[in-house]
Amino acid sequence: MSGLRVIVGCKRVIDYAVKIRVKPDKTGVITDGVKHSMNPFDEIAVEEAVRMKEKKLASEVIAVSCGPIQCQETLRTAMAMGADKSIHVEVDAATYENLQPLHVAKILSKVAQEEKADIVFTGKQAIDDDCNQTGQMVAALLDWPQATFASKIEKANGELTVTREIDGGLETIKVQVPAVLTADLRLNEPRYATLPNIMKAKKKPMAKKKPADYGVDVGPRQSILKVEDPPVRQAGSKLDSVETLVTKLRDAGLVPS
Amino acid sequence: MASAGLRTLISRTCVFSLGRRELSCSSKAFQKTQPITTEPSNNNHDILYGPDHLQMRDSLRKIIEKDINPYVDEWENKKAFPAHKVFKILGDNGFLGVNKPVEYGGLGLDYSYSAAVAEELGNINCGAVPMAIGVQTDMATPALAKFGSDKLKQEFLAPSISGDKVACLGVSEVGSGSDVASIKTRAARKGDDLIINGGKMWTTNGAQADWMCCLVNTSEGKPHMNKSLVCLPMNSPGITVAKKIEKIGMWSSDTAQIFFEDVRVPKSHIIGEEGQGFTYQMIQFQEERLFAGLLALVPLEKMIADTIAYTRERKVFGKPVLDNQTVHFTLAELQTELELLRSAVYRAVALYIKGQDVTNLASMCKLKAGRLLREGSDKCLQYWGGMGFTQDVLISRMYRDMRLVSIGGGADEVMLSIICKFMDTLPKPGK
Repeated sequence: MSGLRVIVGCKRVIDYAVKIRVKPDKTGVITDGVKHSMNPFDEIAVEEAVRMKEKKLASEVIAVSCGPIQCQETLRTAMAMGADKSIHVEVDAATYENLQPLHVAKILSKVAQEEKADIVFTGKQAIDDDCNQTGQMVAALLDWPQATFASKIEKANGELTVTREIDGGLETIKVQVPAVLTADLRLNEPRYATLPNIMKAKKKPMAKKKPADYGVDVGPRQSILKVEDPPVRQAGSKLDSVETLVTKLRDAGLVPS
Repeated sequence: MASAGLRTLISRTCVFSLGRRELSCSSKAFQKTQPITTEPSNNNHDILYGPDHLQMRDSLRKIIEKDINPYVDEWENKKAFPAHKVFKILGDNGFLGVNKPVEYGGLGLDYSYSAAVAEELGNINCGAVPMAIGVQTDMATPALAKFGSDKLKQEFLAPSISGDKVACLGVSEVGSGSDVASIKTRAARKGDDLIINGGKMWTTNGAQADWMCCLVNTSEGKPHMNKSLVCLPMNSPGITVAKKIEKIGMWSSDTAQIFFEDVRVPKSHIIGEEGQGFTYQMIQFQEERLFAGLLALVPLEKMIADTIAYTRERKVFGKPVLDNQTVHFTLAELQTELELLRSAVYRAVALYIKGQDVTNLASMCKLKAGRLLREGSDKCLQYWGGMGFTQDVLISRMYRDMRLVSIGGGADEVMLSIICKFMDTLPKPGK
């Protein structure tokens, strides 16, 4: 099992600390001039892949990002963290608005096949759409086993032992390689991209591709009707007893009388 | 230990317990208690910074947000910050030697990268820590990097770049602040050693430093030609850190008064040529002044943005304080001056990179930075009303901390004298 080849999906999203504002025409959120960074869960995936390389479990880490030209910044960060090379699959801004996990999954699957990858690693979900689909779809398209929401990954005789965070607690499974992994919050703490590594990353190769190169049609399968702010939270009220609570719930028709 | 910091906070908000899990641990999981309401003005930076600089700033910002800012309040209250710990983190990530030679662990990049680091340090929520870092990178080490012997650089420069040793700059004395040439600390020659007697004042990092870049008189003669810069290990016998000075601001920074009593140091510790110390120090001052200008930019931007956010929410007489024309017009004036200062600072940096002497422009930038910080913090604090007067808000700390900029690192009056010298308007010495 020595020398696994790892593809890591890195999505460029609006930075987690930014206050999101809806566009006045309600077609989406404002992205122009807004700070973007790598999806935090993808950062965790990159970190894990780099650690696997340091432990000699992996032989090469390739970062992949689908989107407009600014995605190259995200890939440079991945390479500064330790990825060996990267692939930018360019999708123009307009098409990108309607790019869905299924499109990305198809692209990643083709990349994985072309690069003869053993592992496709992504964050468990992106913090902008919260879809939590891409990793699972890649596994289905490639017919590979999947270990999602990973909080611990270990090697065990030609297989991977993965601890998953699930609703009921922690589940430990064994997966054979090749496999799809998605990273959960507690898997690791990503390293900083140190200044020397940022400079070194400039020399690492970045391939520029298009979805057509992989035979993937990224035409929209859905259209956005409207994007709105969530309703402003109404103030609550303090009640003095359980009886009052039940009465209020009954009056509001929320509980059968 | 405390290194878990923000991540621990995040793990706790996304509390994981059997039978109940936060289904979308997404944006919320990573969001701090309050989302920032300002987006950094990336559009200003194209003139000086490229994608590499911005990537570098992002990396430094992460370190600040995780390893520095969460602890600032604690350090301000304790009136001390752990310089060795913080500098080691910065050193490990390459931020203490950006424009220093590669042979000693630096990155050998041009000054635009140092400028980007200096500007990014403005995101730290106090003045003390950036000032301490600035001493390490732009005040105590440039002369050593440019003129020191290889042996000296191995012993003092390399560990300062890696963050293993904390440096301080010993120039000012009790009797000599602005008038650097009048310092009294002497280094008498005894065989192959120097015996140093005297003292230094206002020494930032003085209580924690491993070594001092110390300006001393090494001979008789003209005051501009008889001084040398010496690398002085702070554990040398005869050095007394007399006290930490209690200041009205910059509380996290240890500012020391130091005494030297027959302190022995090999004469090989002299940086460059003996007698050239004053000249070297003057050369170091250019970067020190540029640093002050760069460091002012983010705090100014932040104080204006924070004041807008506060006055938008705060209602007086039934409407937001911000709705008063005097308030939003004044903030617009401050914003305008900020952008003008930014233009001057970037221009000075750009010319400096080209190899030009920017003493005049750098002095103007420092002068303006100090004054705009005073004017800005004072006006903004006024709009915060009673809250501005409390310890609970950042504006009051900035008001206190930034007052130093017009005094330290070359007082406003010294800057003005330099500018007048270039304008040839100083009175001629009488006959």
